[in-house]
Amino acid sequence: MLTKRIIPCLDVKDGMVVKGTNFVDLKHAGDAIELAKRYNGQGADELVFLDITASHERRKTAIALASKAAQELFIPFTVGGGITSIEEIRDLLSAGADKVSLNTSAIKNPDLIKDAANRFGSQCVVVAIDAKRRGDSWGVFVKGGREDTGLDALSWAKQAERMGAGEILLTSMDRDGTKEGFDIELTRKISESLSIPVIASGGAGSLSSFAEVFQKGKADAALAASLFHYGTFTVGDVKKYLKSNGIEIRD
Amino acid sequence: MIVIVDYGSGNLMGVKNALKRLGVDAIITSKPKDIRQAKRIILPGVGAFGFMMQSLRRMGIEDALKEAIKEGKPFLGICIGLQVLFEKSEESPGIAGMGIFEGSIMKFHKGKVPQIGWNRIIPKDDPLFVEGYAYFVNSYFAIPDDKKIVAATTDYFGEFASAIRDKNVTAVQFHPEKSGEYGLGLLRRWLSC
Repeated sequence: MLTKRIIPCLDVKDGMVVKGTNFVDLKHAGDAIELAKRYNGQGADELVFLDITASHERRKTAIALASKAAQELFIPFTVGGGITSIEEIRDLLSAGADKVSLNTSAIKNPDLIKDAANRFGSQCVVVAIDAKRRGDSWGVFVKGGREDTGLDALSWAKQAERMGAGEILLTSMDRDGTKEGFDIELTRKISESLSIPVIASGGAGSLSSFAEVFQKGKADAALAASLFHYGTFTVGDVKKYLKSNGIEIRD
Repeated sequence: MIVIVDYGSGNLMGVKNALKRLGVDAIITSKPKDIRQAKRIILPGVGAFGFMMQSLRRMGIEDALKEAIKEGKPFLGICIGLQVLFEKSEESPGIAGMGIFEGSIMKFHKGKVPQIGWNRIIPKDDPLFVEGYAYFVNSYFAIPDDKKIVAATTDYFGEFASAIRDKNVTAVQFHPEKSGEYGLGLLRRWLSC
């Protein structure tokens, strides 16, 4: 049977990991590729690089990162962060990225999802949704959760699927950074309403939070960043725990 | 010379990088002439069956591939590169495949589609394949008429053929270039077979 995936996420600026790490033994502390290789060695099923370089250089740094990662890693990886055009998607995929993650630009221009899926296939189009509770449902937010787009997360996820998204990267802005566990209700709602895989993100904390998001939240994959960066758990720790709880993982 | 066939689908660096890691140089090409001169051929594929077949035909690649397969050159098809070896696909009705093997390509009807992620490879009696996990991205799978060519199976709401092997032709539904050590191991064994 298909296994559940564990995906470390690296925020990268000019090729360096932004959030601090506790890997004091890394030769070049903060080097994104070196950290990625470490996670690969721990059994990560995929990796996500979010390039947050804030200048006009971002496009170049993201492509350089994709190219380097493709030479060093033989597992799938996604590159995201500020991608706005079909040309940039093409360049990232040609450089060796397996998937691109679209967020704000897809909200502004949903045709970008369709164009990318038609040209390169749905399998490489991940639509990232930052969701925040708004009464009985969840809204779609941008700018790190500060700006409400007015969109409903479930309707937007369904629209993204219709337009050709291959996967949804669903982040709970309520849980992000809290370590209180994933938003099970949100994840389950979106995952059960779609026929494409959902990657749950935001709130990873205890080992049991991973089991919960798969068993109760019906997620297909779980993403975490600081938990792995700070060495609270290794990817291997999480997978070992999941396996002992009867969840199928790649070991 | 090992050639990686480029029919205009995009990302071929994965396969080239994986071979490079194994110490083997390969060229990415869309020229039938290169395919005719190749020692080994890899046909990766992403996207749709119909688009791939039409591209292979328009670019004159199909005939070169068929000749190479007939001559006994080692051939490796990956993902849609496995599917186009069959006669037809539910994905693109009316567009003929290469017809190297009898059978057709069908869509998954259970679970999330596409299947995305790592799934278990259960080898038949074939030294090229070992048990382990490989990375899949597929909505469709092959149903060969001749079950003897199935080299490995995988379970996705039912068993399907995840690897095909008949004489010099090997084809896998998963992506060895993205399947970590498992995939590199398979490529290494294929290179020496």
